Amino acid sequence: MTDTTNTEPAAPPRSQWYDVWHQFKAHKGALLGGIIFLIIVFGVFLGPLLWPYDATYIDIRSRNQGPSLAHPFGTDQLGRDLLARMMAGGQTSIAVGLTAMLLALGLGSFVGIIAGFFKKLDGPLMRLTDLFLALPILPLLLVMMMLFREPLSAAVGPERGIFILIVIAIGITSWMPTARIVRGDVLALKEREFVLAARSIGTSNKNMITRHILPNVLSPIMVSATLGIANAIITESALSFLGLGFPPDFPTWGRLLNDAVQYLQDYPERVFWPGLAISLTVLSVNYLGDGLRDALDPRIRGR
Amino acid sequence: MLTFTIRRLILAIPTLLFISLVIFLLLELAPGDPMAQVPLTVPPEVKEKMRLALGLGEPGYIRFYKWLVQFFWVEPQVLFDHMFGTTFSEGKLRIISWQHRGPVMDVVVERLPQTLWVVGMSYIVGILIALPIGIYSAYKQYSIFDQAGTFITMIGYSIPPFFTGPLVIVLFSVNLGWFPFIYDTTHEVVDWDSFVYQLRQMIMPVMVLALQTTAQISRYMRASMLDNLNQDYVRTARAKGLSERVVVMVHVLRNSMIPVVTVIALGLPAIFGGAIITEQVFSVNGIGAQLIGAIQANDLPTVQTLTFMFAFLIVFFNLIADVLYGILDPRIRYD
Repeated sequence: MTDTTNTEPAAPPRSQWYDVWHQFKAHKGALLGGIIFLIIVFGVFLGPLLWPYDATYIDIRSRNQGPSLAHPFGTDQLGRDLLARMMAGGQTSIAVGLTAMLLALGLGSFVGIIAGFFKKLDGPLMRLTDLFLALPILPLLLVMMMLFREPLSAAVGPERGIFILIVIAIGITSWMPTARIVRGDVLALKEREFVLAARSIGTSNKNMITRHILPNVLSPIMVSATLGIANAIITESALSFLGLGFPPDFPTWGRLLNDAVQYLQDYPERVFWPGLAISLTVLSVNYLGDGLRDALDPRIRGR
Repeated sequence: MLTFTIRRLILAIPTLLFISLVIFLLLELAPGDPMAQVPLTVPPEVKEKMRLALGLGEPGYIRFYKWLVQFFWVEPQVLFDHMFGTTFSEGKLRIISWQHRGPVMDVVVERLPQTLWVVGMSYIVGILIALPIGIYSAYKQYSIFDQAGTFITMIGYSIPPFFTGPLVIVLFSVNLGWFPFIYDTTHEVVDWDSFVYQLRQMIMPVMVLALQTTAQISRYMRASMLDNLNQDYVRTARAKGLSERVVVMVHVLRNSMIPVVTVIALGLPAIFGGAIITEQVFSVNGIGAQLIGAIQANDLPTVQTLTFMFAFLIVFFNLIADVLYGILDPRIRYD
């Protein structure tokens, strides 16, 4: 029964995304994480436009300098400005993180939705996921880097070749958690009335997936996207750190950390910046994911 | 339960076969040539004979079959002979490393103790730190301790070991000079002083690895305790006048440990993977360092064997976790 005597204007209707944003704002850590991540991304992509030094410019006379006004992070053993190298390295690391995450997410969502939606494919696809989960990821990544580095570098150039290789290697070894979560959600969704209603008016499988299933599994996909970025950045840095990532003169955060470790005894402060950049990015992305998980869960929202 | 265990064991066989096949096929594509180190003065026909002696002349599927036989049949026999002094493996070909020209397993047996000491110790230390943190932060949910614990575990998740490693080296070795920087694997414990030295050189790698373990397990412990603290049986236990200590530390803790124990079993193989990096940072001469060395030297038999051993650990501990879950939790029956 609606009360018709009440003429006071009700609160304006709110969209779902407004609610999500409202809940997200309440999680201070997530908000801070999101802001820090945006600052880092803008910093590394727009910073080089403002900063006078080039990441590969060698000035051998000013090598091994400590922090100064001209070089806030100091210079390395060849006199290259470390702030410029940090920004160039960040571009690569974040680009690898985002692309590898998109690949893993695409693969994972595809497998998850197909496995959840088509009963016949469920068994085989989930066995495949289990098999992939049982693979030793880091040793296999190292092996893949060793094997395909030369042929790919020869085919498309050293930097682009390694980029493609790292992205594909990380992508095909980290899609499994997304697939499992998405499959679980799709299985639950399939039993809901709106799916039955859509089915009863003759919706085809393709429309069913793109219009009804996919929008409803977006929230777990978004949460695993944030975790995927963090995972991909750490993996790329680990590979570069072990010397099996990008070529030596090509800066990434892991590579800079590896270079700094070799001068650990003489210039210990050099380890700090690349390590801090990796950790801060991953930490902010993890907090972002934590907040998104809460914000996108309608059971928690509004509390 | 027994049928479930047997079924899982049987299912593990195709999984392991598939993984070994994947690793083998990956290595088949390797461009490296084991003869690259041989001097150019050696005539080509001699080189061809050396290649055949390494077992490279045959087609792929025969080499895969031979590797399987060597790994699953010959090597266990060698182990058996070594333990009981029998001679089952006499004259049988073992997996030979191209790098050392000796059996791969001999090198693994030399290196494994270092890894097990560092990894095993760090896992135990990590669990011992994680459990009290998880219990207390669940008991005092949203307290300052809980918030700080959440923050520290987030940091533990986010800071990779290849950063914490150099960081503690700079702090404790370079600046303070408390601990040695490089792990001396030839060091032997004979008396109290050498034991103290061993302890000092182990502290840093163990702490770096333990941070990761602590972060994960204390999260699970907290979530699991929170699930149980609101259950009816806890109210009943309090209502019948049990002390708070008994309620939390006996009734709640025992039930909360069920999922945590399986997480502990599942996390062990991942720790071996993390040890690869930590070993590199602290120059620990373990199997992680052996794998990196073999990859750089293009020593395919070693790479294949070690990678497969990592895979075997994962499958094995997954199985243990599943079975443990069924044994510990009477509500779960797989049959």
